[in-house]
This record gives sequence, C-alpha cells and structure tokens, in this order.
Amino acid sequence: MVEYFLCMVLFCLGLYAILIKRNLIKIIIGLAIMEYAMNLFFILLGYKKGATVPIFSSLTEPHPEVMVDPVAQAMVVANVVIGLAVTFILVIIAILIYEKYGTFDIRDVNKLKG
Amino acid sequence: MLTLFIIIPLFGAFVIFLVGKYSKNISYFMGWIVPAFLSVLALSLVGTKETLTYQIGGWVQPLGITLVGDGLSLFFLPVINIIVFAAAVFSIPYIEKYTSKWIYFALFLVMQASMNAVVLTGDIFNLFIWIEVGGLASYALVCYKVEPEALESSFKYAVLNSVGLLFVLFGIGLLYAYTSTLNMAEIGRILHERPNLKLVGFVTVLFFTGFGLKSAIVPFHSWLPDAHSSAPSPVSALLSGVLIKSLGIYTLLRIMFNVFGFNLYISKLFIFLGLLSIITGGILAIYQKDMKRLLAYSTISQVGYIIFSFGLGTPLGMFAGFFHLVNHAAAKSLLFLTSGAVLHVTGEREMGKLGGLREKMPVTAFTSMVGSMSVSGVPPFGGFWSKLVIIIAAVQAREFLGASVAVGISIVTLAYYLKLQKNVFFGELKPVWNNIKEAPWMMCFSMILLAILCIGLGALLLPGVRAVFITPAVNVLAGGMQYCNAVLRI
Amino acid sequence: MIKKPEHGMTVIVKTVTRYTDVLILMFGMYFIFNGHLTHGGGFVGGIIVALSFIHVMLAFGKEVALKRVTERIIKLCVGLGAISFLLIGIIGFTKGAFLYNFFRKPGVDYIGEPFSLFSSGIMPLMNVAICLAVASGFYAIFIALVVYKIGKRR
Repeated sequence: MVEYFLCMVLFCLGLYAILIKRNLIKIIIGLAIMEYAMNLFFILLGYKKGATVPIFSSLTEPHPEVMVDPVAQAMVVANVVIGLAVTFILVIIAILIYEKYGTFDIRDVNKLKG
Repeated sequence: MLTLFIIIPLFGAFVIFLVGKYSKNISYFMGWIVPAFLSVLALSLVGTKETLTYQIGGWVQPLGITLVGDGLSLFFLPVINIIVFAAAVFSIPYIEKYTSKWIYFALFLVMQASMNAVVLTGDIFNLFIWIEVGGLASYALVCYKVEPEALESSFKYAVLNSVGLLFVLFGIGLLYAYTSTLNMAEIGRILHERPNLKLVGFVTVLFFTGFGLKSAIVPFHSWLPDAHSSAPSPVSALLSGVLIKSLGIYTLLRIMFNVFGFNLYISKLFIFLGLLSIITGGILAIYQKDMKRLLAYSTISQVGYIIFSFGLGTPLGMFAGFFHLVNHAAAKSLLFLTSGAVLHVTGEREMGKLGGLREKMPVTAFTSMVGSMSVSGVPPFGGFWSKLVIIIAAVQAREFLGASVAVGISIVTLAYYLKLQKNVFFGELKPVWNNIKEAPWMMCFSMILLAILCIGLGALLLPGVRAVFITPAVNVLAGGMQYCNAVLRI
Repeated sequence: MIKKPEHGMTVIVKTVTRYTDVLILMFGMYFIFNGHLTHGGGFVGGIIVALSFIHVMLAFGKEVALKRVTERIIKLCVGLGAISFLLIGIIGFTKGAFLYNFFRKPGVDYIGEPFSLFSSGIMPLMNVAICLAVASGFYAIFIALVVYKIGKRR
C-alpha cells in the first residue's frame, strides 16, 4: 500500500511544480514527473509478488498465474511514447518562446489577456 | 468498413509526409480528397440499424481492440468529416502566405484520423491514445503561425490538456484494476454486475476533469479563447466545430451514459456546469474587442447549452442536445471561416478597426450573417429550432431556472452577434479598406457550403429526417447499458 | 575525423566513441530482432539505435554526423517507417482483418521460437517498421533542436 501512496506523492509533486513554478522548463519537468508517476502506477497495478516475466515458452504448459500482467506494461510503453511526443513539442515551443520573448519566466510571457 | 475512417486519413498524412515537400499540389489534393471521400462514406453509413463492430487483427471481443459503429458514432462521423472537408478547402488559399504547407495538411489529416478513431473505438485505452494524438496535432497546428501569441496559447493549451489527460489515465488505471479489462462494453457490464459506488464516483470526477478540459466546460475553459483566437482560422473552425465535440463531449457522453450509467448526480453535475458555462461564456463574450475571441467565448456558451440539455436526461433533452450540437458545429465553423476570410483580406482582427466590409465582400458578409443568426437563434435557421427544443425540454423536465437562464442568455447572444455584424460588415467603410477584394473562390465555396448547411439543418426537426439522423443516437444514449449488450452480442 | 580538434569533443571521447558506438547499435538491433521473443521491440530498439547516432553527433560534431546520413534521408525514413507499418496492416485485409497475421496457417501456433524470425507472424516486420519510424523520428527531432540553436546564435 505504501508504494501506491508514494506514487501519488510523486504525482502531486509534479502537479505542484506545474502550478507553482514560474519557469517554462520547470513546468515541462513537472509534467514529465507526473507522467512518470502515472507509469509507475500502472506498473504497480500489474505487479505480483514473486512473479516472473510474461513470456510463454510453450502453449501446452502455460503458467499465466506466475506472471506479472503484460497489459499494464504495454500501456506503459504506449504512454511513454505519448509523453515523449508531448515533451518534445513543449520543449520546442519553449525554445521558440525564448526566442520571441527573451525569457522563460511566465510572468513576462503575457501578451494574451482576458 | 469502419477501419477505413482511420486508415485513409493516416495514409494520406504519411503520403504527404513522404512526397509533399517536393510537390505542393499533392498535399493540396490529398488535403481535400480524403475528407470529401470520407464524408460520402460517412453519409452512406447513416441509417444503419444494427450495431456494427469490427475486431482489429481478428482477435476475439474482450481481448483485442474493437471498433464500434452504433447510432451515436454514426451520428458524429458525417458531422466531423463534412466540417473537416470545408475547413480543408478553405485552408488551401488561406495558407498560401505561410511556409511548409505540407506539414499543415499532414497534421490536418492526422487530426481527422484521431477524431474519427475517438468516435469509433470501443476500447478505453485506445480512446485515450487517440485523444492524445489529436491533441498533439492540434497543439502543433495552433502554433503553426510562429507568432508570440500563438506560441504562448499553444503552450498553455498543451500543458493544461496534458495534465487533464493524465487524470483521465489515472481513472483508466483504477477502472482496469477493478475490472481487469479495457473494453468499454465489458467494463460497463462488470460495473453493472458488481457495483462499486466509491470507485465510480472518484473516476467520474477524474473523467470530468480530463474531458471537461477537452470540451471547455467553464471551470476548465481558460485555454479555449487563447487557443482559438491565435490559431489559423480553419484550425479554429475545426477546434471549435468538431474537435471539442468529438474529443470532449462525445467521450463524456459515451462514458457517463453507456459505461457508468446515468444517474441523478451526473445529471445535476451536467446541468450545473452547463448553466455555469452558458452564463460565463455569454457575459464574457460581450466585452471582447477581438473578433475571433468573441467567437471563442460564444463557443463556451453554446457548449454549455449542449451539456445542459444532455444533463436533463429526457429523450427530448438528448434530441435537443444533438440537434444543437450539429447546428453549432456548422454555424460556428462558418463564423470562424468568415473571420478567417476577413483576416486573410484585411489582416485585422480588432472589430473597432473594421467596418462596412459588406460592400466589398458580399459573400463573406452574407454567410457571416447566416452563421450569426443561426447561432443566436433567429427563426428560419437551424439554431432557433434547437434552442426552442432545448427550452421546451427544460420546461418539461421542470428545470425552470435553467430554462429562464437559457432564454436570457440567448438574448445576450443575439446582442453580441449584432455587435459583431455592426462593427465588421455594416456601417461606414473606413478609407483604409478601399481597395480590398472579395476572398478567393475556394474560401467562398466552403463558406457557401456551410451556409447552406446552416439553413438546411432546420429540416432535422421534421419527423422523417429526424428518425434517420438523430433518433438512433438518442436511442443509444437513452438505452444506457444496452450498449454493452449490443457490443458484446449477449 | 579524429585529427580535427575544432569539431566535437576531445580525442579521448572520440576514441571511446569509435569502439562503443557499434556496440550500442548492435544492442538496439538485438532488441528489434528479438522483440517477438522477449521484452523490447520496435520502440525500445529504435530509441537505442537513435541514441547511437546521437552519440556520434555529440562526440564528433554536427558536420561529421550529417555527412553520410543527411537530414533528407532521415525524414524519408520517418515517412517510410510509418507508411510501411500501415501497409503491413492493410495487407492483413486480404486474410480478413486489419493488422491480421497474414502468415497464419490453420493448426500452427505462432508463439515465436529463437533463431527463427518469422515464427511469430508479422511481429518482426512491424518491429522493423516501428524501429525505422522511431529511430529516425527521434534523431530528426534531436537534429531539429541542435540545428535550430546553432542557427539562432548566428
């Protein structure tokens, strides 16, 4: 149970970084931390104590009861891909913002109002 | 058959990615032929009686990814594809002045594929992935004009939506832990057999955060005016017309009505958030000086109408919701396209600096008039009938407060659209704009197409037309848990 | 390459890179061609392959890395990988369903055997397609970031 709790602490840390920090790069890092917390959560969902990798070596004697859940791990891989793409696009937007505004501080990036 | 809606746009996007750099005509051609073909295909599927299912890769039902084409999906498909077609034709002359047009069309088609896939898929994790893909394409399209405002709004949009979708992912994880399946029909069936109110309540809140951010209901609306006003106009038309409807409202409806089962709490939540959106969007829209920003706030208000009428929970309310959804999709896309035409010709978005463009741009002025009148609810157009049905449904469901708010804000809507018309198209022609011309014919074509749709959509109220287009969707929502049985074929 | 001190890092880094880079590339290839048997597959292997290219670029500089494998080839590879994945899926239509294992014969189990590439149906083909798209896409984004920064400084 404590590992789920720690996972949620990590999630909240990422949310804290997004809400409080004023640097664009720190916001991106906060988003990445939230993504990792979610990936950890999925891995924990699929984990079983003492289980092995989910590889079937033969179809005649399968032992699915001693394997961890592969679906959760597949979801983690998909989520990593998506997180990679989001991080890349955010980094590129942040670099372009730095070129246009000359700063990473969101207090100075305020041309839009209302 | 159903996979074609996903494969063809993706194929077009990849072909553009391969060869679009060397020949811009290929990207233009792909850009309009794919949505046109898919619109015809989607219209041919309308009126199918039974629930279509398709197993990807030939895997059996709860294991593999299922594509489901029931009444609700088949209602959304033509709306999406026709509006994408109009926006694609419009964007061919619009993006002449920008560089790397091929990337624009590739992202456009990826966005179309993602919207079609979100509407069709029956697997909850697949739904999440496609929402993220559509979101990624739209983040890139919003900052396509590399201007400071566009970059800023795109960053805001991307961060807010990614955080919201992480909440959705958390909810999916909890559901998977409880039901050990990802098929939405199977999840619905298991939650029906072994109800767990605590889990469903918590996951409902998480999903409302995530999909509410996508559909821009009021506490989560702050990204929408920025993103819509600084995106290229065809992209704003797509975002406002179909993206927030298919990625936000459709997913909310599907999960709340068909998977969790509609109950009193969700109904109250829908009604409360809907009324809040109606009031906030309507009041804030009056004060806007920027043309596209006004339209964006108006979108928030109209999405509030749609959410409110679905929250009533009666079949008439659902019918009104779908009817208003399709009217709003056509009219708001039309309005964003006309604002794009004005922007293309004059390069000005401030309403105070424009004026009297009616003499110089008759087609744009006329179509903009049609769209405004349709959204604000003036009799011959579709918007009037849908608002009338919403108010009747609200009175029948004894939501007198909601009905009066709907009537009041509809007057406010008329007010700010009259302000838009007066400041942009009527009045004195400023001497600066003396030698402007009408927009190119491709822009006029897509505007006229959408204007005809706006006028013609009032016909959806007729019983015969209604039975073909909207009644199957209403039946799916009103049927609730029967969706699970229809998909699993029990 | 190693005698040009104005490009890239020091001689130590360059020498080590010359020996380790091939090993990293081989490791990525192993992941791709063993992806149907154990964990790994196209995405993971593709990232490792891309890292080996990035390794060369970091050690020897942009000019050396982009001399043979130009930006145009990389962008072509992204499109080719994506479109070949889709084509493999479309070929499945001939046997019944999108993404169907079209090698399948009735009565044969496709669970994968070591040292036999097509023993698990279309999965190795898809791994290769994904690897092509992921490796070149990842590398292209890295190049975009690097080239963009250099262009700005000038």
